Amino acid sequence: MIARVAMGAVVLAAMVQTAGAQDLSWSEVERGRYLAIAANCVSCHTDLDHGGTPWAGGREMETPFGVIITPNITFDAETGIGNWTRDDFWRALHEGRRRDGAHMYPAFPYTHFTRMPREDVDAIYAYLRTIPPVESHHVPEEDLPLPLRVRTAIAAWNALHFDQGVFQPDPERSEQWNRGAYLVKGPGHCGACHTDRNLLGGEREDEFLRGGVLENWHAPNIRGGAHGGIAHWSRHDIVAYLGTGRNEHTAAMTRMGEVVQYSTQHLTDGDLNAIATYLKSLDDTPRDASERPSDAVMQAGEAIYFDNCAACHHADGSGEPDMFARLDGSNKVLSDDATTVIRIILEGAQAVPTDAHPGPLAMPAFDWKLNDDQIADLVSYMRNAWGNTAPAVSPSDVADLRDALAE
Amino acid sequence: MTEIHRSIDVVLVGFGWTGAILAHELTAEGLQVLALERGGWRDTPTDFPTTHAPDELRYYWRHEMFQETAQETQTFRNRRGQTALPIRRWGSYLPGVGVGGAGVHWNGQTFRFLPSDFLARSHNQERYGALPDDMTVQDYPVTYDELEPHFDRFEKLCGICGQAGNLQGDLRPGGNPFEGWRSNEYPNPPMEMTFSQDRFKASARDMGLNPFPAPSANMSRAYTNPLGVRMAPCTYCGFCEKFGCGNYSKASPQTTILPVVMQQSNFRLRTHCDVLHVNKDRDNTRATGVTYIDAHGQLHEQPAQIVILCGYQLSNTRLMMLSGIGEIYDPATGQGQLGRNYTYQVMSGVDVFFDDAFTNEYIGAGALGMVVDDYNGDNFDHSGLGFIGGAYIACWTTHARPIESQPVPEGTPEWGSEWKRALQQNFLRHTSLSVHGASMAHRENYLDLDPTYKDRYGRPLMRMTYDFTANDRRLSEHITPVAAQIARGMGGREIKVNALDAHYDIWPYQTTHNTGGTIMGETPADSVVNRYLQSWELHNLFVMGAGVFPQNAGYNPTATVAALAYWSAHAIRTQYLRAPGPLVQV
Repeated sequence: MIARVAMGAVVLAAMVQTAGAQDLSWSEVERGRYLAIAANCVSCHTDLDHGGTPWAGGREMETPFGVIITPNITFDAETGIGNWTRDDFWRALHEGRRRDGAHMYPAFPYTHFTRMPREDVDAIYAYLRTIPPVESHHVPEEDLPLPLRVRTAIAAWNALHFDQGVFQPDPERSEQWNRGAYLVKGPGHCGACHTDRNLLGGEREDEFLRGGVLENWHAPNIRGGAHGGIAHWSRHDIVAYLGTGRNEHTAAMTRMGEVVQYSTQHLTDGDLNAIATYLKSLDDTPRDASERPSDAVMQAGEAIYFDNCAACHHADGSGEPDMFARLDGSNKVLSDDATTVIRIILEGAQAVPTDAHPGPLAMPAFDWKLNDDQIADLVSYMRNAWGNTAPAVSPSDVADLRDALAE
Repeated sequence: MTEIHRSIDVVLVGFGWTGAILAHELTAEGLQVLALERGGWRDTPTDFPTTHAPDELRYYWRHEMFQETAQETQTFRNRRGQTALPIRRWGSYLPGVGVGGAGVHWNGQTFRFLPSDFLARSHNQERYGALPDDMTVQDYPVTYDELEPHFDRFEKLCGICGQAGNLQGDLRPGGNPFEGWRSNEYPNPPMEMTFSQDRFKASARDMGLNPFPAPSANMSRAYTNPLGVRMAPCTYCGFCEKFGCGNYSKASPQTTILPVVMQQSNFRLRTHCDVLHVNKDRDNTRATGVTYIDAHGQLHEQPAQIVILCGYQLSNTRLMMLSGIGEIYDPATGQGQLGRNYTYQVMSGVDVFFDDAFTNEYIGAGALGMVVDDYNGDNFDHSGLGFIGGAYIACWTTHARPIESQPVPEGTPEWGSEWKRALQQNFLRHTSLSVHGASMAHRENYLDLDPTYKDRYGRPLMRMTYDFTANDRRLSEHITPVAAQIARGMGGREIKVNALDAHYDIWPYQTTHNTGGTIMGETPADSVVNRYLQSWELHNLFVMGAGVFPQNAGYNPTATVAALAYWSAHAIRTQYLRAPGPLVQV
C-alpha cells in the first residue's frame, strides 16, 4: 500500500488535468508536491496500518493528550477540505485554527508549519487540490478523550508554547544553512519527535533536538555538532541516512523508517545536504559522567551480547555498514532514556525498504528469549562497552516497557 | 466449481530460484507475471530470524523446510521387476517447499559445470571410443561458451566468493586450473579457511594436485548485488544446509531477487496453490494455462499465454506426466522421452581424526571448503579405466551441529558408553573429505508413474527406478582412494573411508541433486525440451531446473540450473516474444 502512494510527476500531470482547475500552475503544484513530501503530510493523513486511502486520514495518533484520528485532507466537500479556501488553509498551518476559527489540537504540527511562508503553504494547497477527492468519515469529535474536546484550553496552551511566525533566515549564516534550518524547523517538523516536551506537551526550546519521547519510543538526540547525539556522523552520513534509509551507522526503522520512506528519500541531494549542514552546526553540552555498572552486570551482559547480538552487530559493536547498526557511539544506545534500545530488543524492528536499498532487513524480537534481568544486563553492558558510557538500566525499566507494550 | 481467472501473460509454476529469476527477467519485459507456489510465503525477518534459524530439531530432524511426504511423495525401487514403495520420510534427498524453494535451505556450493560436461557423449567418444549401449548419455544442446555470460550474471546476483582459475583464458594461480574460462573474477574473495582446509591444501599440493577455494554463496564480506540488495558477511555459524540463513549471508531468492520482484506492479504471487496440471489446446500445440487447487480445496483455472515450470526436478517431471505432455519413457522399448535419463550423484567420503589438533568444525559454512578438481569431469586420462566422468574431492567444513554431527572412528560401537567416549574424544578433532561424483545416464534408471500408489487427489505418484551403475562404481573405486591418500597426508591419527554402497539406498542422505526426466536435446526424438528449455510439443511451455540435464556432472547443480534459466529467459525475451512459436525447427 505504502509504495502505491502516488508521488510521481507523471501521475501528477494526469491529476492536474483532471482537476481541471482554473488557477493551478504546474510549477506551483510541483512545488507543493515537493513541500508536502518534505512535510510528510501523507504519513499521518493515511491509515497506514489498515491500508487506508492516501490523504484520506483515519490514522490513530497517540499524543500526550490522548488518541487523535487524523482528518481527510482530500478536497471532498463533505468529509475533506473541499470547501476550504487558500486563506483557510493558511490559517490552519500558520495559526493552528480550523476553518470555523476554532483552535486545532497541536498534534497537528502547526507549531512547526507556522515557519512556512505563505507561498509555500499556498503551493501545498494547490497540490492537494490535484488529488482526487475521497469521501472518508472518521470518528466524530465527541468520541475523542475529554481533554481534547476542550478546544478553548488550547488558546492557553498556545500562549505558552506557540511561537507563531514565518522562519527568518539568519543573515550571518550561509544560504545552505538557512535552507537546512528552515526544512528542519518548518516543513520537516523534526522537533515534533526529537525534542523533549514539558508536562503540558509543549516542546522545550532548551532541549531542541536533544531527543524526545513519543508512543513508547525515544526519538534520539540528533544534534550533529560537538557532543551531539550524531556528532560522530559526517554530513555524508546524514545525507545517506535520510536519502537511502541506511548509512555507516544504522538503518532507518519504525517511525523514522516511515519518515525516510515517505519523505526524506524523495528530497533533493541539495536539501539533504542543507539539513546535514544545519544539524552539524548544533553543538550540545558534554554528557555527565556516569557510574560504570558492576562487573557482574558487565560480565553477564557481555555473555548475552556475544550469544545473541554479536553475529550481526559484531563482537566490538561496530555493526555492518548499511545493514546492522553500529552500537558504539550510537545515539539510541547512549540516550539518557533507554526506551528505544530496550524496545527494539523486546519487539525487534524492521528497516524500511527504500529505492536505494530494497532489501528487507529486520532485527528479530527477543522478548520471548530474554527475561527482564537479562535485557537489563545486556543494555547496561552495551551502554558501557566499546568506549560507551551511560547509566545502567534496571530490570524494572524493562518490565515497565514490556507491560506498556503488552497493553 | 472451478474458478476461472482472467488470462495473464506468464504463469510460473513454483517459486524458487528459477521462478524468481524468470519473474525478474519477464517483469522487466513488461509482462504480467503470476507465480503459483504450493508452499507458503517465507522471508528472512519473519520465518528464519537468527533467534529461530539455528534449531536443529525443528529444521533438520522435523523437516520444517521440506515437502510433506504425507501430502505428496514418490515411490522408489532399485530396478525393474521390483515393486516400488512410497517414501514415507525423506532420506537420500530433501525436496524443498515454499517460497524460495530449496534455494532457502541449500549449502551455497556454486560451481559452474566444466566445458566438457556439456559434451558428455561427443567429447568422451572422441577421446575414448564408443560408449556402452546402455549408457544413454548425450550432449547438452548448449555449450559452456554460450552459458558463460549467464553464469556470470548468477554469480554477480549471489555475490559468489571464490578465486578465478581461468580468467579469459589466463590461468591464475590459486584458482581451479580446469575450470572453463570466465569473463570476470568472482564478485567476492574466497571465504576464510579453517585448519582443516589448510591441511587439505598442503596435502593435496604435496601430491601434485591443484587445490582451490570452493566457490561459495555464503558471503566472505558484505555485498550489494546488481539489483541493489545487500547481503551481510557470513558468521560461520554452520547452519546452512537444511536451514534458512538468519543473517542475510547466504544467497537465496529472498536475499537477492525477491525484495525487488515483490515490488513490481506487474508481478503477483499466490502461495499455497498446488498446480494439478498444465492445460493444452485441442491441437496439442499450445499450453492454455494451468489448473490449481488452493488451500481451501477450491479449484482454479489460470489461463496464460506462456507457462513456465519452475518447480523442483521431480515436481516438473511429474507435472508433465500428469498433464499428458509427451510420451513417458519405457525402458523395455526405449520409446518416450519423459522420465528418461534420471540421474543423481555418486558420493563417498573419508573421515580424518586428529589427536593433537582441534578442527573446531562448528565454525563452518555451507560452502566453506577447499577443492581439487584433478579427478573431475575429463580433467584426467580415463583410458583403460572403464568409466567416464569424475568427481571433485573437497574438504568442507559445513558444520558440527550437535545432533547431526557424530564423528567416530572405525570400529566404534554404534551406541553405548564406548560410543559416547569416542564421540567426546573426536567431536572437535574431526574433519572429512567428500568425493562428489558425476552420474551418467543409464537406460534402466528412469522415472515414470506408479501403477499402485496415489496422492491425496487420487493421482498416481511418480515412481523412481534407480541404482548405481558400473560406471558409478568404477568411478568411485578409482577416485575414493585418491581422497584417502589426501586424507592420510593431513597428519591425523587415523582415517575412515566411507565407500559407495553397492546399491543405491533411498535412506541415507546423499545429495539433493536429482536430475533428468525432462531433458534438453537436439530433437524431439532425444529430449523433452530444446536448447532454450522450450517444450518440443507445446511451444509456449518452458521447463526450468535440473530436470533438463541430460546427465549429471560431478558438481553441485545450482549455478548451471540458474545459468540455464537466464539463458532461457534471454531467448524468451529476445526471440519468443517477437515471434511466438518453436525456437528450434527440426
